[in-house]
Amino acid sequence: MNKMKLARFIIYTFLILLVVICFIPFYMMIINATRSNSEILRGFSLIPGDALKANYQTLTSYMDVWVGFRNSLMVAVSVTILNAYFSALTAFALVVYDFKWKNVIFITFIVMMMVPGQLGLIGLYDLSETLGILDTYWPLIIPAIAAPFTVFFFRQFLITTMPISILEAGRIDGASEIHMFHRIVLPILLPAIATMGIFTFIGSWNNYLVPLVIIRSPRLYTLPVMMGALSGSPVAMNLGAMYLGIAISVVPIMIAFLFLSKYIISSITAGSIKG
Amino acid sequence: MKKGNHQAYLFIAPFVIVFLIFNIYPIFLTFYYSLTDYTGMGGIENARFIGVDNYIRLFSDRYFYQAFFNTIRIWGFNFIVQMLIALGLALLFSDIRLKLKGVGLFRALFYLPNIITIASVALLFSILLDWNHGGLNQMLLSLGFIDRPINWLNSPAYAQSAVALIGAWMWFGNSFIVLLAGISGISKDFYEAALIDGANWWQSFKFITIPQLKPILLYVLITSIIGGLQIFDLPMLLTDGNGSPQGALNTMVLYLYNQAFKYNNFGYGATIAYGLFFITVIFSAITFRTMYRKQV
Repeated sequence: MNKMKLARFIIYTFLILLVVICFIPFYMMIINATRSNSEILRGFSLIPGDALKANYQTLTSYMDVWVGFRNSLMVAVSVTILNAYFSALTAFALVVYDFKWKNVIFITFIVMMMVPGQLGLIGLYDLSETLGILDTYWPLIIPAIAAPFTVFFFRQFLITTMPISILEAGRIDGASEIHMFHRIVLPILLPAIATMGIFTFIGSWNNYLVPLVIIRSPRLYTLPVMMGALSGSPVAMNLGAMYLGIAISVVPIMIAFLFLSKYIISSITAGSIKG
Repeated sequence: MKKGNHQAYLFIAPFVIVFLIFNIYPIFLTFYYSLTDYTGMGGIENARFIGVDNYIRLFSDRYFYQAFFNTIRIWGFNFIVQMLIALGLALLFSDIRLKLKGVGLFRALFYLPNIITIASVALLFSILLDWNHGGLNQMLLSLGFIDRPINWLNSPAYAQSAVALIGAWMWFGNSFIVLLAGISGISKDFYEAALIDGANWWQSFKFITIPQLKPILLYVLITSIIGGLQIFDLPMLLTDGNGSPQGALNTMVLYLYNQAFKYNNFGYGATIAYGLFFITVIFSAITFRTMYRKQV
């Protein structure tokens, strides 16, 4: 029994050490965001400095990270909503109705899920140029309407949880098909929408390559693109301001995670076991 | 089921239209470009059709081979470290005798780096690993581990290891959660029966845990390969975006991006995209085959 206690003690120590190692980079980032450039050049410290305000002024005189924040939020929210709504509508049609080409569509999905996103990147760029939507958010947002993986996930969910009889009853009551979709199917899908929604949001929020290619105007930069621009800007001369810029892009997400972590983690568990 | 209804076409129309225009069409367009010397400017109608010339060039392009091997090396190192940590943790937390507490808390803490923007992480490490004023060298110096600063991002081996380890740090939490869920799903009866038969820890790990975990391991492996072959944000932002030091961080997608959008070689960039695609397909197929052949 004592041996077990000792083993447990060692393991907990090791786990706590691992957590500390995991958080050192973030801790250094936050501490250095409050220190002046000369303090950072002199050496490292575990104690915050008092240059936070000065760093903030330096940073915002070159670049408004909050604009990047707002842009990323706008894109990610639009993507998440379009992805959820149209994937649900498509999954609904695939599950409830019989129609020509149904199997062709379904097989195309499965194949397309394996195609890496970069394959069509150059084509997407050129298409956007032709359509005159280069340097706008449209090429980032519109493709969210057609997300094979989400449709696939919703389809599996509907097959196992939605009784068709509920729709028959609705039809007898004279409800239209689209009305039933809004009133019956969407509420049933809600847990699946939440699961996929979180990952869609995170995916869009972190996307760097596509906005890097599509967006040119600095005022439209999303947060990752702004991070890339930061390293080549005059801000890079002031390390304190650099750390602060990175911290502003990271800390709000960490706080959001604190509130959502339980939910996110149970989603991963569910997703992987089903997948 | 039936209720044959043309409204179904209406419901799938947005998906199909957007899918064809923004998904399928760009893929075909990219393939067409890969057969031309299109620069990306001046319109495709002024580009020359050159057949498979780009593909021949790809096969003899030593930068593409370099990018391929860099990508594989970074992914391989990353995967080994990530899986060792994740599997180790999953085994610890699922051990019926240890009965560790705080699974929820540790899962959340270990998962956290996953949701942080990779671009921010890359930028953070580009200054933490800086030779002169980086946090890591300063810390190691003041702790006395080293007596002169190490130029991490100037050495190919260190730089590749840095990308692999930063990746492992970001993603081990995700693998841990998935593996733990998988192990928790294995029936306790197996382990109890093994215990009665006098099996030791290693035997029950080898003959129960690993075989039962196979579908989950396959899932983790495939997603890791597909993601790993596409690594871009970290190598792009950790150094100068051209693959420094000495081309060690030149990965396949970085090479694609630079060729197409920095050097205006749309045609050749498109060829790299297809090269990457075929490599992904081949790797996924090999993984499937080996995982399932062993089972039979």
